[in-house]
Amino acid sequence: MPLSQDYFALFGLPVDFSVPRQALDASYRELQQRHHPDRAAAGSDSEVRLAVQQAAAINQAYATLKSPLLRAHYLLELAGVDANQESHITRDGMFLMEQIELRERMEEIADHPQPFDELEALRSAAEVKFVECEERFVVDYANGDHQRAVDAVAKLQFFSKLLDQLDELEQDLEEL
Amino acid sequence: MAVLLQISEPGQSPEPHQRKRAVGIDLGTTNSLVATVRSGSAAILNDEQGRALLPSALHYDRHGLSCVGYEALGHDLSDPLNTLTSVKRFMGRGLADVALFGEQLPYEFVEQPAGGMPKFATAAGAISPVQASAELLASLERRAELALGGDLDGAVITVPAYFDDAQRQATKDAAMLAGLKVLRLLNEPTAAAIAYGLDAGGEGTIAVYDLGGGTFDISILRLTRGVFEVLASGGDSALGGDDFDRAIADWLRAELAIDADMAPAQQRQLLAAAKRAKQQLSEVEQTELVVGEQSLTLDRGQLAELLDPLIAKTLRACRRSLADAGVKLDEVDNVVLVGGSTRALRVREKVADYFGREPLCHLDPDQVVALGAAIQAEVLIGNKSGDDLLLLDVIPLSLGIETMGGLVEKIIHRNTTIPVAKAQEFTTFKDGQTALAVHVVQGERELVSDCRSLARFELRGIPPMTAGSAKIRVTYQVDADGLLSVAAREMTSGVEARIEVKPSYGLEESEVTRMLQESFSHARDDMAARALAEQQVEADRIIEDIRAAIAADGEQLLDRVELDCLNKSLDELQALRDSSQEHRALARKIESVAKGSEAFAARRMDAAVKKALAGQSLDQLEGEL
Repeated sequence: MPLSQDYFALFGLPVDFSVPRQALDASYRELQQRHHPDRAAAGSDSEVRLAVQQAAAINQAYATLKSPLLRAHYLLELAGVDANQESHITRDGMFLMEQIELRERMEEIADHPQPFDELEALRSAAEVKFVECEERFVVDYANGDHQRAVDAVAKLQFFSKLLDQLDELEQDLEEL
Repeated sequence: MAVLLQISEPGQSPEPHQRKRAVGIDLGTTNSLVATVRSGSAAILNDEQGRALLPSALHYDRHGLSCVGYEALGHDLSDPLNTLTSVKRFMGRGLADVALFGEQLPYEFVEQPAGGMPKFATAAGAISPVQASAELLASLERRAELALGGDLDGAVITVPAYFDDAQRQATKDAAMLAGLKVLRLLNEPTAAAIAYGLDAGGEGTIAVYDLGGGTFDISILRLTRGVFEVLASGGDSALGGDDFDRAIADWLRAELAIDADMAPAQQRQLLAAAKRAKQQLSEVEQTELVVGEQSLTLDRGQLAELLDPLIAKTLRACRRSLADAGVKLDEVDNVVLVGGSTRALRVREKVADYFGREPLCHLDPDQVVALGAAIQAEVLIGNKSGDDLLLLDVIPLSLGIETMGGLVEKIIHRNTTIPVAKAQEFTTFKDGQTALAVHVVQGERELVSDCRSLARFELRGIPPMTAGSAKIRVTYQVDADGLLSVAAREMTSGVEARIEVKPSYGLEESEVTRMLQESFSHARDDMAARALAEQQVEADRIIEDIRAAIAADGEQLLDRVELDCLNKSLDELQALRDSSQEHRALARKIESVAKGSEAFAARRMDAAVKKALAGQSLDQLEGEL
């Protein structure tokens, strides 16, 4: 398996932010059918080891292309841009204010009379913002404006984290 | 000898025994089973008395292991301290975890240095859970070898999906100790899903609700074109039917005002009465519990009150796993029930209630896991083209490392598809620093102290550099069995850092070696049993071959007396095969039957040649001569 190729090529897809999910899934299943260590279970230890590495690489590639955030990161990486570099959002007062408000709203959910409805409302709001950032990224990336694309990824990261925390909060609320 | 009778058509394989012997083993908390695929379908291998289950019980006396299974259970009341049950709950666990079970344990433990796995103090000395599990596996292995007539080529062993690395490693160590080649550690719910009709090539989302004696698992799977993807798994590795029994026993003890500080034997008695009542209440509306002189009535309503808090715990885990999988309740196409504890009527009611559909349970919940494991073993050993079935499992608990202040940094998140590899870079924080300590933990909590300690590594041999300039890349890899391995490399110099793995609850290499040596003392019995099994298979084969030959052309080629004589010798062989424990006697009889049938074989050969020639024209024959 040519692991040196990029993740998009591995799944036979064009390098693009928009990924057809069905084609990705089908290609993933086909690759694992061929390379999964279970295919080498009766083989030698070294065959199994090699298969574990290949299957792990395929899983890594699949997980990257499945997630919009990781995919955006990866596209920048392919373009030779360090997505972890400092972005400009720390100077984006509007954005920071918005984040603080969202977070405050999240912290107050537990005391809300209808906590699950409030949580759902906040989640929808965060999801809308997330999609907006995705769209921003697509435009900036297509225009080759890498600095702004990096900013968009940083914002995606914020909203992604918020959504994860909302999931955790939901679990905690259910435990009560 | 027997070979003379096997006149096969060209192109047909004369040797049906090329198949490899592969089994699936369900190493359960309460019961264990072994299954294999025979003539295309999975079947449980029964013991000599025709029983499918091997109770996961062992009895030890001062000579060592005295018996396993039903026989060992017989000592449960009379000799509780030397009768080990539910050993699986102790696999890969420390004594501190065991204490967290929150119950009075009917065993005495030998404290282990450095937080190793606790050992049971028995008349035969200290016995580790791994050793005890290895004995159970060895017993199932012998059963399978007798049934299949030879050494096993490989086994798939099932574990609860929720088992962490230490528990999986302990299971694999036990298999190694029993001399089994492990093709795969397979998650129990996945095995069950396989057993439930993959034949239709169906597609859809399946929830597997698996409530065993000591563990609860919930797995959400998706089947698409022969690929079984585990989307999420969760559960509780210390919750099961045993807890139902205990809840009932606690109620019973309180009602009968029995002192909490009772003798182990009485404790067992209470548990046994509780278990019986639980089972009976799936059949009848109310039942009588008798403990010594006293008795008490329990009905379904009261039972529901006792069990509902425990069942509610399992349903909360279901909700979490559905959320993790990103699957909504109404998107679940099928619910599969696994584990003996799902026999409890109340469990079925609550599960049907929650998922809003009747769960599938037409396969025996005790057997379904072993059957699925057998199917997977058949694919993995290569007897069956595996193109049509692939399992993609996930890691059940997040892997992380300890960072400053006793916090956990997650490296691999739970429900990530395995195999998986993640790399992480470290640097040194002091000038000339040559070593780095890494503490790997498993769990979802933020504090190290709330997670399970898996291993401590020391990276040594880092070239001395100024603080912050060394770049150490540590790679964590989890294989298809869910087992972790770690590699490290200093990137600027290319030096491979040496890693010392100190498994927190695993076995030290020397301990494994010693236990392997001890297991050789059982080897002599094993060899005799194996030789007998081989001769039994040989006997079956020759009887089947000769009977087939008689059916085909016994009438034409043998006279009355010859036929009677041959049939009689076959009957004698059959009788000896069924009764004899002596492999040499059986071998002698096989040889004499083979000799007695030689004349018949020769005549069949002649007839076959004549028949072959009869179909050809004289011209063809002359041309060939």
